[in-house]
Amino acid sequence: MTLFPDQLSPNQDEFYDALMDAHNGLSEKDSHALNARIILLMANVIGDFEKIKDILNTAQTHPND
Amino acid sequence: MAYEYTEYPYKPPQSHTKPKERHPVVIVGAGPVGLSMAIDLALHGIKSIVLDENNVVSVGSRAICWAKRTLEIFDRLGVGERLLAKGITWKIGRQFHREREIYSFNLLPEDGHKYPAFINIQQYYVEEYLIHRAMEFPALVDLRFKHRVIDHHQENNCVQLTVHTPDGEYALEADWYIACDGARSTTRERMGLTFEGQSFEEQFLIADIEMEEGPFDKRADPERWFWFDPPFHTGKSALLHMQPDNIYRIDLQLDVDADISIEAERDTIETRVRAIVENKPFRLDWASIYKFQCAKLDRFVHGRIIFAGDSAHVVSPFGARGGNGGIQDIDNLGWKLSAVIKGEAPAHLIESYNEERSYGSAENILNSSRATNFMTPKSPIEALFRTETLRLARNHLFAQKLINSGRLSVPCSLAGFDLQTPGISAHIPIGSSAIDAPLTKDGAESWMIEHVQDQFTLVGFGDIALPRINGIQRIGIDQATVDYPCYSARQSMATQRYGTKIAYLFRPDGHICATFTDPDSAKIEAALQRAKGLSR
Repeated sequence: MTLFPDQLSPNQDEFYDALMDAHNGLSEKDSHALNARIILLMANVIGDFEKIKDILNTAQTHPND
Repeated sequence: MAYEYTEYPYKPPQSHTKPKERHPVVIVGAGPVGLSMAIDLALHGIKSIVLDENNVVSVGSRAICWAKRTLEIFDRLGVGERLLAKGITWKIGRQFHREREIYSFNLLPEDGHKYPAFINIQQYYVEEYLIHRAMEFPALVDLRFKHRVIDHHQENNCVQLTVHTPDGEYALEADWYIACDGARSTTRERMGLTFEGQSFEEQFLIADIEMEEGPFDKRADPERWFWFDPPFHTGKSALLHMQPDNIYRIDLQLDVDADISIEAERDTIETRVRAIVENKPFRLDWASIYKFQCAKLDRFVHGRIIFAGDSAHVVSPFGARGGNGGIQDIDNLGWKLSAVIKGEAPAHLIESYNEERSYGSAENILNSSRATNFMTPKSPIEALFRTETLRLARNHLFAQKLINSGRLSVPCSLAGFDLQTPGISAHIPIGSSAIDAPLTKDGAESWMIEHVQDQFTLVGFGDIALPRINGIQRIGIDQATVDYPCYSARQSMATQRYGTKIAYLFRPDGHICATFTDPDSAKIEAALQRAKGLSR
């Protein structure tokens, strides 16, 4: 697991609000599709495959209880 | 122990045959906002009448979290120290997910402030102290309990009111009508003003319990505790605060479709409380079930009628922005209305109250709506994002910062509005409210916020000379002897916070409206004129 520095503050609430807004009114299926598109776009913006692997790994190893 | 309510004296109206009463200011509503308004005006020598349909203070604790800035305003009004002495001081908020603590924040990590980040004190004490303070101005504040306004209309630059009392109705006229009649404002209703915004479906139970041994574990200082999905209230949120008199506030989110008639029963409430406090003995002091909305008026000023507090804007309780926002309205309005009544400023200065506080309340609404949205996910996908945020927050700072159980009340910046003169960027930006700092003079300790109150004040820090300007009080910090009062910055905190070789011009409400590194009379005079709405 990698502890990535916080880069969302001080606009974190605005970001979260916009993300929820993007999902507003969508069916579960459409929300899944939207999430997939967001992830692919973000991966492309990040670009660095080592970093992307690091993110995948961090997300996967997180406790799931 | 339970609060003992006192009935304040009812005064019958004057004889109906007398000529109609005419007053410079009538304040409708004797809650914290209306009472603060009357005191603020009295401090400026302006008379007012306060009308309230009731004759006791707030039933139930209602607004309990009073923010630093509000306490500084209460200090100016003369009740700050009393509230601080009685209130429960806190600055740490802890957030839990299920049984685990995931993030805590400190709202005031530094020393050197007269008032703490927050105190908790029941609204009935706030109102009681304000009533006693208002009674110290018998020639200026006329408190009329059990006087209910039943009609009003504007004509010829004044407002005509019809007032109902136990002894019948009477009429009066006012130059200015300040509507401080709360969230269900009948003034607003009579005028048919649109009051729209986001309504939330969730219902909340608010319960005050008295306990000898509190529900917190044995920590030294009281704190704000917030749970997402706690073991004692699965799937919902919970909030815990301590109040004076061994009273604890519990706020529980209920199901959207919870049956109020069952939830409001004493047995149901006690069962819910028991789940939290387990076998510690408690007494249920007060409870209420509520829904809320975030809404505001488009305009706070309608001719001679001015809205302040909940009548102008309502927010969700998470963030403590309701009562605090209302007191900040008064802080902004008090000096302006006084200056207009005294003829020292043009009537359109009142429009700057509309602009500045409309902006401030929109900021409060935005923050409290976002917090409420985070706390009450509206769809499975929102719930999923929330759960994963809380889970990531165990390790990741960015996710901890995303957790939103209420962004707690801070004063808004008035930068960019007409009254402020744009200028050099200083340690503290133009538009901000005064930042406190400890001072001393001839062995007597005092505080920055005690000196920048009630009038325009120019404060020079370090090596900078302040010219004499009519209508401006001057104060020096860490300066050589000069012809105005000088104070030393204890532990250099004031100069660390404000810088040196700089002067700040504070408005009577403590907001910075101009800064100067080369304070010549013409520039300061121009900034003063601008801040009084006399020029741009």
